[in-house]
Amino acid sequence: MGDVVLQELRLATDDHAAAAGPADTVDGMPARWVASPGSTAETSAVMRVAAVHDLAVVVRGAGNRLTWGAPPERCDLLVDSTRMDAVVEHASGDLVVVVQAGCRLDVLQQRLAGAGQWLAVDPPRPGTVGGTVAAALSGPTRLAHGAVRDLVIGMTMVRADGVVAHSGGKVVKNVAGYDVGKLLTGSYGTLGVITEVAFRLHPLPKARSWVSLPRHSAAAVHEALQRVVHSQLVPGAVELDRAADGSATLTVQLEGVAPGVLARTAAALELLGPSATAGSRPPGWWGIQPAGTGEVLLKVTHELAGLPHLLTALDAAAARHRLAAHVRGSVAVGSVLVGLRAAEGGNRVGPAALGPDEVAGLVADLRQRAASFGGSVVVLDGPRVVKESLDVWGPVGAIDLMRSVKHRFDPARLLAPGRFVGGI
Amino acid sequence: MVDARGLAGQLRTVLGDAAVITDRQRLRTYECDGLAQYKVTPALVVLPRTTGQVAAVVRACAAAGVPFVARGSGTGLSGGALPHADGVLIVTSTMRSVLDLDIVNQRAVVEPGVINLHLSREALPHGYYYAPDPSSQQVCSIGGNVAENSGGAHCLKYGFTTNHVTGLELVTPAGDVVQVGGKAPDAPGYDLLGALVGSEGTLGIATKVTVRLTRSPEAVSTLLAAFPDTDRAGAAVSAIIAAGVVPAAIEMMDALAIEAAEAAVHCGYPPGAGAVLIVELDGPGADVEHEFAEAERLCRASGATEVRVAADDAERALFWKGRKSAFAAVGRISPGYIVQDGVVPRTALPQVLRRIAQLSADTGIRVANVFHAGDGNLHPLVLFDDAVPGESARAEEVSGAILDLCLEHGGSITGEHGVGADKARYMPRMFDADDLDTMQLVRCAFDPQSISNPGKVFPTPRLCGERPGRHQGTHPLAEAGVAEVF
Ligand SMILES: Cc1cc2nc3c(=O)[nH]c(=O)nc-3n(C[C@H](O)[C@H](O)[C@H](O)COP(=O)(O)OP(=O)(O)OC[C@H]3O[C@@H](n4cnc5c(N)ncnc54)[C@H](O)[C@@H]3O)c2cc1C
Ligand SMILES: Cc1cc2nc3c(=O)[nH]c(=O)nc-3n(C[C@H](O)[C@H](O)[C@H](O)COP(=O)(O)OP(=O)(O)OC[C@H]3O[C@@H](n4cnc5c(N)ncnc54)[C@H](O)[C@@H]3O)c2cc1C
Repeated sequence: MGDVVLQELRLATDDHAAAAGPADTVDGMPARWVASPGSTAETSAVMRVAAVHDLAVVVRGAGNRLTWGAPPERCDLLVDSTRMDAVVEHASGDLVVVVQAGCRLDVLQQRLAGAGQWLAVDPPRPGTVGGTVAAALSGPTRLAHGAVRDLVIGMTMVRADGVVAHSGGKVVKNVAGYDVGKLLTGSYGTLGVITEVAFRLHPLPKARSWVSLPRHSAAAVHEALQRVVHSQLVPGAVELDRAADGSATLTVQLEGVAPGVLARTAAALELLGPSATAGSRPPGWWGIQPAGTGEVLLKVTHELAGLPHLLTALDAAAARHRLAAHVRGSVAVGSVLVGLRAAEGGNRVGPAALGPDEVAGLVADLRQRAASFGGSVVVLDGPRVVKESLDVWGPVGAIDLMRSVKHRFDPARLLAPGRFVGGI
Repeated sequence: MVDARGLAGQLRTVLGDAAVITDRQRLRTYECDGLAQYKVTPALVVLPRTTGQVAAVVRACAAAGVPFVARGSGTGLSGGALPHADGVLIVTSTMRSVLDLDIVNQRAVVEPGVINLHLSREALPHGYYYAPDPSSQQVCSIGGNVAENSGGAHCLKYGFTTNHVTGLELVTPAGDVVQVGGKAPDAPGYDLLGALVGSEGTLGIATKVTVRLTRSPEAVSTLLAAFPDTDRAGAAVSAIIAAGVVPAAIEMMDALAIEAAEAAVHCGYPPGAGAVLIVELDGPGADVEHEFAEAERLCRASGATEVRVAADDAERALFWKGRKSAFAAVGRISPGYIVQDGVVPRTALPQVLRRIAQLSADTGIRVANVFHAGDGNLHPLVLFDDAVPGESARAEEVSGAILDLCLEHGGSITGEHGVGADKARYMPRMFDADDLDTMQLVRCAFDPQSISNPGKVFPTPRLCGERPGRHQGTHPLAEAGVAEVF
């Protein structure tokens, strides 16, 4: 039957399908075929082949975050989006772009910059638009411009049964029908294949500055953050970078017209006191994840005033399980990433030595304290042994409704089965 | 299906006698929302005070297969809260507490019946407000705003309801109480909030809403610019946006809308103007000062005949008075009118306005335009006189033709008033059968019995049994006509 499948996939994709090679794996699991549709119609044809032959499908963009989330239970077919890389329409006067899912984010940004605009999911990356939307990844300026879900105004997707569906449109204001695009955003490829997205854009800021403040205790970080968020600075972003030893920098990005940025930079320096410094470039760690490949990366959310409780709980858990935790993220939004390493002086060294028990222990401790900071703890990435030792998504509210949504969209569980919350 | 009236006794024991209305005369006060041309008397009206009571009512409906419709303040303009003749209308006007004003976390948790403006009033002394500001904000409820994903004049900069809701307590159509999201962002799992906000009461009833509070701006500057015609006003809008200025609001009124507003509230707009723009900027002082000067310059460069800058809050209020009273004011110049709500890409505004004028000239039906120009959200007011035979029907046609114009330009059939009962029949003009089928999958996931506000949003109901296997049986390649290859 293998030959038949491949032949059908080739027909569906104008010959852009092949048996999987050694690099075509998902979190260590080899796929059997790779199909690279060049359009929504071809994607639909591919999904129909998958539906008929009961193939489990994982969608791959640039493949940079394919290990995020739980490992899928099975993976027969990789649907590679990178042939769908066109910018379909850039209506610059309307600050709207329609782009195919396989377009790289950095390529898109470069194109938009020509018109003095950008898609506010900084900074530019080699990952694809589809991967960014499917994993709902946002950078620092989410504070000012919203998360990816707030920037998506229209979407074309292909369902597990091959049906093509559109939602939203290409105008910013639109309440016709359900916002299916928001459901697909952050769905990790478990509800449908995203083939085209319409985004609202923003003008590139004319001026920017960064004001940084070193702080050494959770309480001091909290105090500075509260000052900033209740001020009139209207920051574009507020990021915290905090090393495992507790030494931290809180950096406020100010953006806008030059005279405004100048005035607010002065105001920020005054607000934050003599240890604050201003610069015309972001700090080196800006927008970079606090963990490398193979290390453990958590996403932790919190209420604004829950931050010191989060940091305290994290420190305690890290000490108890002999781990070093590096925190970085958007603390004025309430969403941070945490990179975990084995603590120096522990009996293991290096990322490969991260023990599953230690990580599971820390995550369990943190989840137990989640009420104190008002958020959730998700293990985004890590070695497979680590992810298999715990529930990466943790407890989820309204899980029955989510299962019900999944069941309606993908009753045969063909799309990345087991990848998402509650084993969805 | 059990008769909804048959539930009255059972619901009285849960809610108390006073909260269950069966008296015909009193039922009729709920027969329509802000769109008075549709009227249906509900079988039963209930006024619950708690989540538990809402859940009990919904459970009773679910068990009996009786439809229910949520209603906030009934200001909706698409017949979304139109009752079901054999159903229960669940009114939230007795759920009006701000439960938690949490300034340190920049959040508030409110009951669904809380009036939009009341929340801002409570937050204001702390230097905060609730940003989405529909023109009806003095009366509409937050629950209604959530259901309609309501916008307002300042949504150009601050976004719509969906960008400000971080959590909901929901009574599902089965009567279960679930928490979706909360004060923190990004609850793990599907973005159910994204699906729920704007779902027009068809996916359940919101019983608590957690919203983001926004810091009150340091400075606000407002100008009123008069133009000879809407073309030049439209050009000014485009120029301002193209310059990278993001005003809090840009609103436009055409000559007929100005005439109506003058007659009603004497707002003193520049006489003889073919169009006026209200442009408002807010934010940090230095930024506003700089960008405001730019906006003013661009208005003049685009052909403004007069630009007035509000000297103080009183003058600003006067600028806005004309705009905010425009809908009602149209009643002064026409006995009947239809409020249309459509969207076009902002760059298409001048062209679409010209086509609307042409449509008006061709049919003899007057159209007044007052709208959110910054985001291309048109509110044409289509005027008619019922005393003239056939005129209201022609007005309906013009109103529908305007939606077609919007779609022709890549826009939407509704920007903020929702689909409701009124526009369900237009949905197929914007979405094909597969699009609608996919949306209905969401509906079926939440409400397999189709009892939550049935008959709204979708032109045809979908049965939620197992999915029709229309792509299962036929081989995909056979369908595509290439099966002979094998
Ligand atoms: C702070 C921060 C720092 C970052 N740094 C980097 C960086 O240094 N380098 C970098 O490349 N990226 C970085 N990113 C992420 C980047 O923005 C992309 O989102 C990321 O690379 C994923 O894109 P991808 O094409 O690699 O997706 P993939 O890894 O291919 O896919 C990611 C997930 O989305 C699913 N998916 C992908 N495409 C689709 C589709 N079309 N339809 C449905 N599901 C789909 C996949 O199945 C998978 O579950 C960063 C993000 C943040 C927030
Ligand atoms: C003069 C005037 C000006 C207006 N201006 C604007 C404007 O600028 N922007 C704008 O967006 N709208 C505007 N509207 C429309 C209307 O005010 C909004 O749609 C508003 O959000 C409706 O709120 P409501 O409480 O009146 O809801 P209702 O009319 O009672 O109900 C609206 C919908 O919400 C559902 N619903 C109500 N409560 C709940 C709940 N708790 N859970 C689930 N579903 C619920 C109902 O079933 C119905 O489908 C205007 C209306 C008028 C009359």
